[in-house]
Amino acid sequence: MNRPHSLTEYIFLTAAVCSGLLTAAVFIFLLIFSLPLLENGQLTDLLLSSWAPDKGMYGIYPMLMASLTLACLSLSISFPISLGCSFVITALAPARLRRLLLSMVRLMTGIPTVVYSFAALFLLVPLMRNILGQGSGMCILTAAPVLALLIAPTMIIFFVNSFANVPRSATLAVDALGGSEIQKLLYVMIPQAWPGIINGVLLGFGRAMGDTMVSLMLAGNSVSPFNSLTQSARSLTAHIALVMAFDFDSMEFKSIFVCGLFLYIVTALLMLLLRMTTLYFSGKR
Amino acid sequence: MKKGIHVLSLMGAAAFFLLLSITGAAASDLAPFAGQEGALRIAGGTAHIPVMKEAAKQIIQSNPKIQISIAGGGSGLGIKQVGEGLIDIGNAGRKPTDEEISKYDLKLFQWAIDGVGTVVHPENSVKALSSAQLQDIYTGKISNWKELGGTDRQINLYTRDEASGTRKVFWGKALNKGDISAKANVVISNGAMKTAVAGDPFAIGYISVGHIDQSVAAIALDGVTPNLETVRSGDYKVSRGLYSLSKGEPSELAGLFLDFIFSPTGQQIVAEKGFIPVR
Repeated sequence: MNRPHSLTEYIFLTAAVCSGLLTAAVFIFLLIFSLPLLENGQLTDLLLSSWAPDKGMYGIYPMLMASLTLACLSLSISFPISLGCSFVITALAPARLRRLLLSMVRLMTGIPTVVYSFAALFLLVPLMRNILGQGSGMCILTAAPVLALLIAPTMIIFFVNSFANVPRSATLAVDALGGSEIQKLLYVMIPQAWPGIINGVLLGFGRAMGDTMVSLMLAGNSVSPFNSLTQSARSLTAHIALVMAFDFDSMEFKSIFVCGLFLYIVTALLMLLLRMTTLYFSGKR
Repeated sequence: MKKGIHVLSLMGAAAFFLLLSITGAAASDLAPFAGQEGALRIAGGTAHIPVMKEAAKQIIQSNPKIQISIAGGGSGLGIKQVGEGLIDIGNAGRKPTDEEISKYDLKLFQWAIDGVGTVVHPENSVKALSSAQLQDIYTGKISNWKELGGTDRQINLYTRDEASGTRKVFWGKALNKGDISAKANVVISNGAMKTAVAGDPFAIGYISVGHIDQSVAAIALDGVTPNLETVRSGDYKVSRGLYSLSKGEPSELAGLFLDFIFSPTGQQIVAEKGFIPVR
């Protein structure tokens, strides 16, 4: 380990430490505020029951399930598309088209989620209502493709970058052996770049899990536990946004800290798990 | 040079008189804002927003040094944030509870009367419901339009978030404090409710009477259609006051803003936006 020795390095080090501490501070803040609820042994109640404040039930189970389902579903739509897009941008398209595509994808990362949600509210929701033939058209199945669109650019850019980082010696060797672009992609680039792919997926999942606007505007926000993808459901983030306005002293308000805590823990655990698998396998190779 | 100044001042005077003639009566009600500057933060009830916006527009046009920000969030949020001192004026579409008033030392300004009307899509053939039917719809007991003489489609329930004053009033007076099904879709403002119902042929929802327009159809409840006349006469029972709240005495600028809402110009805005003025 090199010790930092210039002023610039000290500044960067401070910034890095600060942002790290901030993340930890948010966790501690959430923990302190949800402690009164957790101490009373209500944890299982909170996790496994449903939300009915009138009856004294503040469970977040339906929201937790909705968030996880929504994130997994949108990821499974987005992942193949993003991977395909990154193939096209990296190898399959003509050079000029690649640059055009990449700059379009970069542009897409900057579009606010509320714009996607608003457009989908007027275009996708009526369409889904007609296709399903019942319900309002606001359901998980409507929110998932929009969320998939939202997380795709992040993933595509991550994938493209990790393909670009594959050593030139390896790709040149394929060219020298007379391999096609597709062979190069399948047998050299993907095996080399897969830790980057995993990271892109992680980032995408994190965004899908944490996005509020899409599910708030498109998933319907119903609090009943859903048993089909075509039912209205409420994600954890939308739940926090909807309950925020309650009185500070109310049980409702206190319970959203637990929501925040769980959102934090689920995302952190998942990241940790996938990071560790990546490390384990890349170390083994 | 001198001539230039002369022309300029002439133009200035012309512009001034033009402005006077446009603003007309409003000028005197807006006069107290002259020389004022600063920022005013308003949030809470979403039924209030059209009136707040128009009032703010006129005030800012008369004096660009005043900044007014208007946010939604629901009555619950308005009460909470004004009580915590986060905003200058909190709006509520229901009367704050005695507990809230004493806890936060709230001062109430009721500047309009409004109703909460049940609405459906304009193409829906169902145009009237009884209280009992409405309650059964919201508990989920009646779940198909066919049972009410409409098409054979599932009823799509829409309700508001729990911070909503509109929801509290509708729940208390129209649903008689009956359950609202957990399966109901939840939207976060009067505007969002209107958009949702206007776009969904099988929807039922409820909004501030001031927000009802051609894009949605009002349902007659027990034979009374919710509109300005029936709310004013008291025939339509699901009504409420629209309140603005301050913590203790309002600040100078907030006080002037509230005075403006109660002035003839302000009350005219209230009427134009579809509410019943109190003066």
